[in-house]
Amino acid sequence: MRDMVKDKNSLTLEEVKHVAKLAKLNLSGEELLKFQKQLSGIIDYINKLKEVNTDEVEPTSQVTNLENVFREDEVKPSLTQKEVLSNTNSSYNGCFKVKAIFQE
Amino acid sequence: MELYQLSLKELIEGLKDKKFTRKEILVSFYTRIQKINPIVNAFLTVIGGNNWNDKEGELSGIPVGFKDIYVTKDIRTTAGSKVLENYIPQYNSTVVQKLVSKGATIVGKTNQDAWAHGSSGENSDFAPTKNPWNIDYVPGGSSSGSAVAVAAGMCPVAFGTDTGGSIRLPASFCNVVGLKPTYGRVSRYGIIAMASSHDSIGHFTRTVYDNALILNMTAGKDPCDATTSNTNVPDYTKNIKNGVKGLKIGLPKEYLAKGIDPNVEKIFKQVLQKYEGLGAKIIDISLPHTEYALAVYYIIQPSEVSSNLARYDGIRFGNDRNRFGQEAIRRIMLGTYTLSAGYYDAYYLKAMKVRTLLIQDFKKAYEKVDVIITPVSPTLPFKFGEKTDNPLAMYLSDILTVTMNLAGVPALSIPGGFVRGLPVGFQIVGPNFSEDLLYQVGYAYEQVTDWHKQKPKL
Repeated sequence: MRDMVKDKNSLTLEEVKHVAKLAKLNLSGEELLKFQKQLSGIIDYINKLKEVNTDEVEPTSQVTNLENVFREDEVKPSLTQKEVLSNTNSSYNGCFKVKAIFQE
Repeated sequence: MELYQLSLKELIEGLKDKKFTRKEILVSFYTRIQKINPIVNAFLTVIGGNNWNDKEGELSGIPVGFKDIYVTKDIRTTAGSKVLENYIPQYNSTVVQKLVSKGATIVGKTNQDAWAHGSSGENSDFAPTKNPWNIDYVPGGSSSGSAVAVAAGMCPVAFGTDTGGSIRLPASFCNVVGLKPTYGRVSRYGIIAMASSHDSIGHFTRTVYDNALILNMTAGKDPCDATTSNTNVPDYTKNIKNGVKGLKIGLPKEYLAKGIDPNVEKIFKQVLQKYEGLGAKIIDISLPHTEYALAVYYIIQPSEVSSNLARYDGIRFGNDRNRFGQEAIRRIMLGTYTLSAGYYDAYYLKAMKVRTLLIQDFKKAYEKVDVIITPVSPTLPFKFGEKTDNPLAMYLSDILTVTMNLAGVPALSIPGGFVRGLPVGFQIVGPNFSEDLLYQVGYAYEQVTDWHKQKPKL
């Protein structure tokens, strides 16, 4: 089945680094090289979709055919503040504490 | 006969007839878990002691296992990943809540490929689950622990998730019945998301009847999951004995193309003969876009994965992103790439269009036939390490199962025989919301075979 791949399309190391940055993953030099090779192989495989004529085909983003699903806007019991914070190591005054995003 | 060897139906009836007590059942299963789990690693967490659910209901005294991707109130939930090794959820998933409110006792959380990424169980960040039929072989994944727990008599019912075959493949490799329901039939609320437009919430049992009994309890609309359907939930056991006489079973030629192990094909042909013997008509059909399904799946699924796993930042719960394993990183990277500027149209949008064609393939097929049957896995269960260095080879394990997730249709994996002591299953695939028909077709086969009665020697 893999023989059917026609287009060789490999990722550059720069592209792999860029994708890791977008995904907020810290990868070692060795990992970057490994994923460059593996991802290129997978991209080669998925490029076989180019064979399919999809002119005038609508894309499918979900399969339920449901639209505009609403519920009543009612107040219901929910988790307490203590419960919400029960899994964090980083809270302050009943809130999650995060690193500053803006600098002065 | 030990109690842990009984089916769900036999346990419920035996309780009603006072042949044994709830306590005797639970003790029998706990003893079995303590003996067998160290060998096969089916459970990541065993809830031992006397933590029995004393609620009165249909499932009082019945032990159940949940894949560790179902959030369970006050019970550690890891999704098989070190990112969540200390995560203690504050609430129950809808399906867990439904079972607990019917009296079921949660005996443990089952092992899995981390985040449900995998076809063998080897991607668990803790330790791999082993196939109870031969512990040198993989049990299939990603719902590896749940399939093994049922196969090895550690609980009569266990829950999994099927995003690309993750229930059907381990069911096939472990000789149990596994359902991937129609997308939207069972609530996804409280189940850690893998690829949201594919995630289907199903379960493993030893028999087809047991499987139907459980779907009666899990199916239905959930206000907490807007993708669940209002479609009527029938009694799935009602028509189960109606047989297959005159039924039209489609045989898609693309599923027996090159790449299928001749051993698997041989078993599958015997299954077809059984059905013909039962009076069904086997009709050749074509699902012409099948060969593109895996490529579509490996664009859309990692795209959804990369989005769903973006939330793990280690701030509100869990560890930070440095704890992701290699397979999670691979899929996040792949999905981030196919969604990134300049590639979206070529990959993601293109894949969504071919997905439409795959759905149309099924719609056209169901104009001619009632159900479709195919093998589940192109190969027999394989050995540990055989595919771990080649991700694409591992991905090809799902080549016969991903299409149903892309189309949303239901499929039921049924034990179909053995080759060299290793199980081989087949799947029955139907139109949306035809689970009752799938059970009817599966039950008919089960009554004339005894694969499901065979038990691994552990």
